[in-house]
Amino acid sequence: MPVEAPSAEKLLDMYARMWRIRLFEEQAEYQSSQGKVMGALHTYIGEEGVAVPICAHLQDTDYITSTHRGHGHCIAKGADISRMMAELFGRSTGYCKGKGGSMHIADFKVGMLGANGIVAGGFGLATGAGLAAQLRGSGQVAVCFFGDGAANRGPFHENINIGAVWKLPVVYVCENNQFAQWTPQKDVTLVTDIANMSPAYGIPGVQVDGMDPLAVYEAAGEAIERARRGEGPTLLECKTYRFHGHNFGDPQQYRTREEIAEWSDNRDPIKQLAAHMRDAGLLSDEQDADIQNTVQEEITAAVRFAESSPYPTPDELYKDVYSYDIG
Amino acid sequence: MPKKSMRDALREALHEEMERDDSIIVLGEDVIAHGGPYAVTRGIDEKFPGRIRQTPISEAGIVGTALGAALCGMRPVAEVMYVDFATCAMDEVVNQMAKVRYMFGGQTDVPVVLRLPSGSARLLAAQHSQCLEAWFLHVPGLQVVVPSTAYDAKGLLKTALRGKDPVLFMEYKRLYTNESEVPDEDYAIPFGQADVKREGRDVTIVATGPMVPKALEAADLLAPEGIDVEVVDTRTLVPFDKAAVFASVEKTNRVIVTDEEVKRGGTSAEIASLIAEECFDALDAPVKRLAAAEVPMPFSPELEKLVVPKTEHLVAATRELVG
Ligand SMILES: Cc1ncc(C[n+]2csc(CCOP(=O)(O)OP(=O)(O)O)c2C)c(N)n1
Ligand SMILES: [Mg+2]
Repeated sequence: MPVEAPSAEKLLDMYARMWRIRLFEEQAEYQSSQGKVMGALHTYIGEEGVAVPICAHLQDTDYITSTHRGHGHCIAKGADISRMMAELFGRSTGYCKGKGGSMHIADFKVGMLGANGIVAGGFGLATGAGLAAQLRGSGQVAVCFFGDGAANRGPFHENINIGAVWKLPVVYVCENNQFAQWTPQKDVTLVTDIANMSPAYGIPGVQVDGMDPLAVYEAAGEAIERARRGEGPTLLECKTYRFHGHNFGDPQQYRTREEIAEWSDNRDPIKQLAAHMRDAGLLSDEQDADIQNTVQEEITAAVRFAESSPYPTPDELYKDVYSYDIG
Repeated sequence: MPKKSMRDALREALHEEMERDDSIIVLGEDVIAHGGPYAVTRGIDEKFPGRIRQTPISEAGIVGTALGAALCGMRPVAEVMYVDFATCAMDEVVNQMAKVRYMFGGQTDVPVVLRLPSGSARLLAAQHSQCLEAWFLHVPGLQVVVPSTAYDAKGLLKTALRGKDPVLFMEYKRLYTNESEVPDEDYAIPFGQADVKREGRDVTIVATGPMVPKALEAADLLAPEGIDVEVVDTRTLVPFDKAAVFASVEKTNRVIVTDEEVKRGGTSAEIASLIAEECFDALDAPVKRLAAAEVPMPFSPELEKLVVPKTEHLVAATRELVG
């Protein structure tokens, strides 16, 4: 069954979400430069065209797992940016009461099972989410976002095999941005097209241009429908590129300015979606400006919320270690 | 004597030993690019081409490969980017590396060094801030080393690189920039020799790694009150220099054991119980332990600062013990 093209309304929503990720993270980097956001900060800027169109197929009852580069997944799945910002600021109003920080934001209410500081930490969680959905017969699906680097860890193999043999409703999405921290993928992996690993697990492998949100939308739609029909997992590879460093402050000696510009000037997924919507008469200049202004206001409000929120009090230290209080 | 940072001292040890012994090789994630996140392996690729391998993100593969090469004539040094990720290679460390010599009746040497950046720094939260010494000291067959100064780091790494048994070398991230006097001449510090970093009569503080500088600070703060603190730096946990610790306790009759690990089941528990078992008669007061709160490391700076013992806690504990 061909995937229906996204409605005008859906496209506008996707477009706004992509801006929300971009502007949220630009703000987070600024706040980091001011010393207000501390700890590691890995941005998704440039990769918005992956998570947003994929999550556009999901309901709050569906699950995703994420990575150390998790803000984009959170926003795409519908997390509240004020609580995200408060988490980055280490405040008690943050998603994790300030206990997690950038690498550990989760919102279980919208099925976001957590950013993860351990590369490949999400494979088991997504596979287990798929098992729970299958056992309940609920029609829910789980999407596992992971990097090209994560494909070199054991959990990739173990969990995709389990998901495949049990026909679990999981889509394994490789965000192949061609680098793992400072290491180019080709230096550490001969099969650089991760989708080509799918025959080893007996499941479909699909490769798509991750900078083209509509192509991702279509490919993800098929994979998610297949999972919902009970036909098992798909390995969906999105070729993409992060425009900023591995983390904020990365000197980026492993790639050239020209290479970065090549991607950010010519293949920016936000620009590509805008161009498509303009061509289709679905985005006027006013609407575009409106969307960006509204998102900018949300971000400003998020920072105000974070800054005016209290830090966790010392008694929080021993809470949440177990379901019961220790002390 | 020139002053050097712990980072530079470790780098010197690696370069000098690689010069001396061509069976030494280095492997790990991003170890060529920038010399790893803590720049310890910087410069090796230029000076020793072919002897440093930048690996995929495959901790089990890295440690397993290092072990296999060690069984077949090489002397690998594997950097695991954060000790937290050594948990991704627990089979290789615990079931393989620790066991091969004994299980195979002593047929093989196992000269592997795992370099393991440890502890909290820069608010990296629960999965990048752990101190796992106790996990490994529990396993017969592994040696565990925790340097507290640049001088000790260099001398201990040299011994690790000349030895025949696996070494888990804990590098506390917050200590990388700490400087101390490090001679240019070759030296090595044998394992199993604790170091009395400060002599004193009234109380012994047995400290590991990052607690050593704090213990020395506490000693300075307490001196004007007439409390004379002796600071014993364990330096290696396996093998462990019981004699040095007991000698100090026999002199001062009061002891605090401190590390940055979670207190429950931590190194301080092991050391305190050794003292209680074998040195009880020397004690004028129960052994005190100061270690980290029994929680995963929280992110928020307002919570993180509550987790690990500070100088002021050592000062207060010492006053209590002599009071
Ligand atoms: C098990 C483990 N090993 C190493 C790291 C350190 N680390 C964090 S992110 C990263 C690179 C991840 O690359 P990839 O999976 O491609 O994701 P990307 O950063 O490109 O989004 C590394 C090596 C880690 N967090 N966990
Ligand atoms: Mg990558």
